[in-house]
Amino acid sequence: MSEHIVPVKTYIGIFVALLCLTALTTGVAYVDLGAFNTVAALAIAVAKMLLVVLFFMHVKYSGGLTKVFILAGVLFFAILVTLTLADELTRHWSPTPTGWGTLAPLLSRFF
Amino acid sequence: MSTATIDVHEVPTGSRVNYLNAQYGVKSWLLTTDHKRIALLYLASITLMFFVGGFFAVLMRLHLIEPQGALVQPETYNKLFTMHGVIMVFFFLVPSIPATLGNFLVPMMIGARDLAFPKLNLLSWYIYVIGAIFTLYAVISGGVDTGWTFYTPYSSSFSHTSVVPTALGVFITGFSSILTGLNFVVTIHKMRAPGLTWFRLPLFIWAIYATSIIFILGTPVIAITLFLLFLERVLHIGIFDPAIGGDPILFQHLFWFYSHPAVYIMILPGMGVMSELITCFSRKRIFGYSFVAFSSLAIAIISFLVWGHHMFVTGQSIYAGLIFSVLSFMVAIPSAVKVFNWTATLYKGSISYDAPMLYALGFIGLFTMGGLTGLFLASLATDVHLNGTYFIVAHFHYIMVGGAVMAYLGGIHFWWPKITGRLYPDGWARFAALVIFVGFNLTFFPQFMLGYLGMPRRYAVYPSEFQVLNVMSSAGASILGIGYLIPLIYLIWSMRYGPTAGPNPWGAKGLEWTTPSPPPTENFEEIPVVTEEAYDYAHSTVIRG
Ligand code: HEM
Ligand SMILES: [Cu+2]
Repeated sequence: MSEHIVPVKTYIGIFVALLCLTALTTGVAYVDLGAFNTVAALAIAVAKMLLVVLFFMHVKYSGGLTKVFILAGVLFFAILVTLTLADELTRHWSPTPTGWGTLAPLLSRFF
Repeated sequence: MSTATIDVHEVPTGSRVNYLNAQYGVKSWLLTTDHKRIALLYLASITLMFFVGGFFAVLMRLHLIEPQGALVQPETYNKLFTMHGVIMVFFFLVPSIPATLGNFLVPMMIGARDLAFPKLNLLSWYIYVIGAIFTLYAVISGGVDTGWTFYTPYSSSFSHTSVVPTALGVFITGFSSILTGLNFVVTIHKMRAPGLTWFRLPLFIWAIYATSIIFILGTPVIAITLFLLFLERVLHIGIFDPAIGGDPILFQHLFWFYSHPAVYIMILPGMGVMSELITCFSRKRIFGYSFVAFSSLAIAIISFLVWGHHMFVTGQSIYAGLIFSVLSFMVAIPSAVKVFNWTATLYKGSISYDAPMLYALGFIGLFTMGGLTGLFLASLATDVHLNGTYFIVAHFHYIMVGGAVMAYLGGIHFWWPKITGRLYPDGWARFAALVIFVGFNLTFFPQFMLGYLGMPRRYAVYPSEFQVLNVMSSAGASILGIGYLIPLIYLIWSMRYGPTAGPNPWGAKGLEWTTPSPPPTENFEEIPVVTEEAYDYAHSTVIRG
């Protein structure tokens, strides 16, 4: 598994791709995409991250167990972000709790 | 497990080559890659930290004998509880069982000659020591007063104490946890003896495995968090301080995302020790092996979903609070599964009350009280009343001291003959276990009452109607302190003067007991082949000795 030899050409290719993506990030920063500003920046960042993890860190050539552990890391990061946003995004909904009425802003989104 | 018997019985300890006498000299210890010697390096360092942290606790309890405070200035009191918490949590409890018993036992229990990465193991000890030196330096250079929780913006913008060296020490030590966790995961996956399937593993190994997962997934987050704190404190980059555009609650999210799972880092290995002790001293197979095994994994996973229960009243959204409350109730389930399974294991067992078992029985009662009071705190409404009071202090001490430290001491007493090849005086050991149990309850039960009555934690003074309960607590603390000193004395004594222990003084099952005591450097002359389940006491012909 870890003995897999990656041709230098691949490394250089990935390196160039990373540079291009960096340039793209910089370019996009000059264009106003409204709500999609963040989306675009994060999408490019994720693409770069994948390139690094898969090729530079050899995960593409690694066994299943390694992949499971990497996915677990991603999953736990997702938990951190999701539950933190569950606080951040709902903090202004109702400053003072009013019994079951507390749930009103939540329910009003669906009904 | 393997029934091959070893003929080391007649050979006296001194004349046989083992890991302790294979090499001599300071250098042979400081450069060792033997997991057993590294375990002892850790044992010495965390014991030192335990008594340093304990010293601060004693000063605090002395101070609180009088309502207006008997000993120190309020500023000093703040430093005392901070240094106590930081040292006990990050430098004693987190590494306690994994780095000592775990290091010693993981290879021995799975029939391996060492951990997968012996040099990494030694490196982890050095990293721990460097982190500890930073934090001890902070103590000497004036101390810290933020509480072990380092809440912002106080810690980042206002405190004038040594926050940076302390946080740096914790940051550095974190890497030793990560390396230890990584080493255990790889070892348990790759180096089990032939025939040792996952479901034949001792439950201690399952618990250490679950703990390692938390080490690997959680510790980087506390490292990042402390790094951000550092950025804000030193470079004034607004991350947590609202005055410069930060969000203080974000710090709490990041801190508790690690620190709640970290409380399970402290208790899970203790639960692993418990399964070994309970089965051995009731001479029965564990009740519901796979339930106990999987509850360790369930705890490791769910523990990452509940951190918001520390933030119910600190400005977190009430909706997030609802979610975290429900999730917190869920984590109690696998914990309860374990308690019930140990109790069921005792049922109709042939129980003997050796010193390790006394600690184990203490654990069951104290952990249960700690866990159940956790549920009071996980309920939104009751937490509004109890948050920030001594009830919290009592809750987590019942788990961290009544649970984790009891299990740690139980484990040390159980494997001491294996580690040192010597027996300790049994009467003293049982006596110490009782002193600790009594001292512990006298210290912390009154704190439940104090908290319920409204005494806030982290204050240097209190209204005089709380004095009686405070004096009880301080009296208990001195008994507890003596209780901890007794084992320190007789264990050290036994290393030289204790009678030699045979390979298996408890008649216990498990591969580690098939080796001589102390084991040879390579643990097993031949790698054993495992043909039976764990804890097969029913078909056991093993005798004590
Ligand atoms: C099993 C091991 C456990 C340990 C080691 C532990 C430890 C702790 C610690 C250290 C704190 C206080 C943190 C601080 O504010 O400084 C705490 C608070 C708390 N614990 Fe536990 N705990 C454990 C289990 C539980 C369980 C099972 C529950 C509930 C299901 C629980 C619920 C809580 C809650 C809700 C708080 C916060 C209370 C508040 O700040 O108002 N704990 N625990
Ligand atoms: Cu918690």
